[in-house]
Amino acid sequence: MLRDITIGQYFPGDTIVHRLDPRTKILIAIMFIVSLFFIKSFYPYLFILAFVVLTVRLSKVPFRYVLKGLKPLILIILITFTINIFMTKGEVLFSIGPLDVTKEGIRQAVFMALRLIFLITGTSLLTLTTSPISLTDGIEKLMSPLRRFNVPVHELAMMMTIALRFIPTLLEETDKIMKAQTARGADFESGNIVKRAKNLVPLLVPLFINAFRRADELAIAMEARCYRGGHNRTRLNELKFTRNDVLVLIITTVFFGVIVSTRYI
Amino acid sequence: MVDDMIRFENVTYKYGADGDDNQLVAVQDINLSVKKGEYLVILGHNGSGKSTLSKLMNGLLLPTEGNVYVNGMNTKEEENIWKIRKIAGMVFQNPDNQLVATIVEEDVAFGPENLGIPPEEIRRRVDKALDIVEMAEYKKHAPHLLSGGQKQRVAIAGILAMEPECVILDEPTAMLDPVGRAEVISTLKKLNRQEKKSIILITHYMDEAVEGDRVLIMEKGRIVMEGTPKDIFCQVDKVKELGLDVPQVTELAYELKKEGFDVPCDILTVEELVDAL
Repeated sequence: MLRDITIGQYFPGDTIVHRLDPRTKILIAIMFIVSLFFIKSFYPYLFILAFVVLTVRLSKVPFRYVLKGLKPLILIILITFTINIFMTKGEVLFSIGPLDVTKEGIRQAVFMALRLIFLITGTSLLTLTTSPISLTDGIEKLMSPLRRFNVPVHELAMMMTIALRFIPTLLEETDKIMKAQTARGADFESGNIVKRAKNLVPLLVPLFINAFRRADELAIAMEARCYRGGHNRTRLNELKFTRNDVLVLIITTVFFGVIVSTRYI
Repeated sequence: MVDDMIRFENVTYKYGADGDDNQLVAVQDINLSVKKGEYLVILGHNGSGKSTLSKLMNGLLLPTEGNVYVNGMNTKEEENIWKIRKIAGMVFQNPDNQLVATIVEEDVAFGPENLGIPPEEIRRRVDKALDIVEMAEYKKHAPHLLSGGQKQRVAIAGILAMEPECVILDEPTAMLDPVGRAEVISTLKKLNRQEKKSIILITHYMDEAVEGDRVLIMEKGRIVMEGTPKDIFCQVDKVKELGLDVPQVTELAYELKKEGFDVPCDILTVEELVDAL
């Protein structure tokens, strides 16, 4: 049951988008987000839409995968939409009870909803086309200048890798403990929220104890394999910045630069 | 001296400080040497000190008294510790808790990456190590989708990629099913015969001791029996007194002999018993 949960939403492939260096993709995602917040009118959204559609096409990720990322956030989008529609002052079109719907309100609501939708689709494209490991590698490399300010960059990346590695293992274990406790009469499925939360105690205690034991054993195993932090460490698959990456970065920088500048025209 | 892979000189190890009520003497006054290329099996039931002994072999624990030498280097000297861990690789009981990365080949690469080896060389070593343990076709898999025996073989590959001279395995089969156990044991045999690695296998399964050149039996932190598998298993009564089982075939032969049949006592495999009969 719990095993069905997948981590991240990586959609494997071997397209030009997949092959780009994770650093390039992270940088593009950052530019994408920043430029979204600079947009003031509707026209630049057309460019953003074109960009998203083009990326989806190039990466061969099915559209429904991209849209699936919107599902958990639909409520937030709807709330934003409603609040904006009723709370913006301006020319009143019609009223529902004490609430006025204004022309500016509708405009603002659609605008904010679009911004949220693009924000989510754009960033989920990053996680759809980049495996969690290369994402971690990319973040580590991008943040490496911070090492000078004593930020433990390598350690953070290592923690992320280990977390990714152990999520399925711990899920499996949760499943096992749940079954074992159910067999002894524990009930995880009925009662109100407080009762259910209380019933989780016999699940969480062994899970935590085991997690600590695992951490201890893993630390010893890593030490036995000569792990001593990021110093002097090499990598099997070094990240390589290719000519493609440089080209894509230049093009997208110009593209997003233009979008940002539309605000000031 | 040069022939010794690992040498213990009057080694004692105590958990807890002196004067502490809970102080536990795990290993007591051990003298032992493991030769290069030797396949040594250490047997003992739970709490006999065999795991402590293994952790002393690569400096994860340092002896309370006495000295441990790996390839002539004392584990107590701090500048040797990483060299020692490179020479004496160690595989643990639970395969889940020793794999670090989310992809098999990345995990095998973890050791050499820590040693600062250039990427092309790491690639070569990873491929070779996965070939030896016959897991090459799984190199892009996620470890949690593999069976226990496969995971344990990946863990062994992870050690091999560091190109150690000696592989220490602390109950590598304790959490595996019979198929997984057989896979791991045959991998170890291959490592010893083809790759000429010294193997130190710690286990409580008697039948895994059959492949060894030499068997040690530990009890309460001391070595109580030592010899070739055949020597050891000839003394069925004494082995049983120590709370260990002899392989079923050996016991059968022993019982037959007691009943007056003319069979040798040093039978370790079904084939040998069939031949003898």
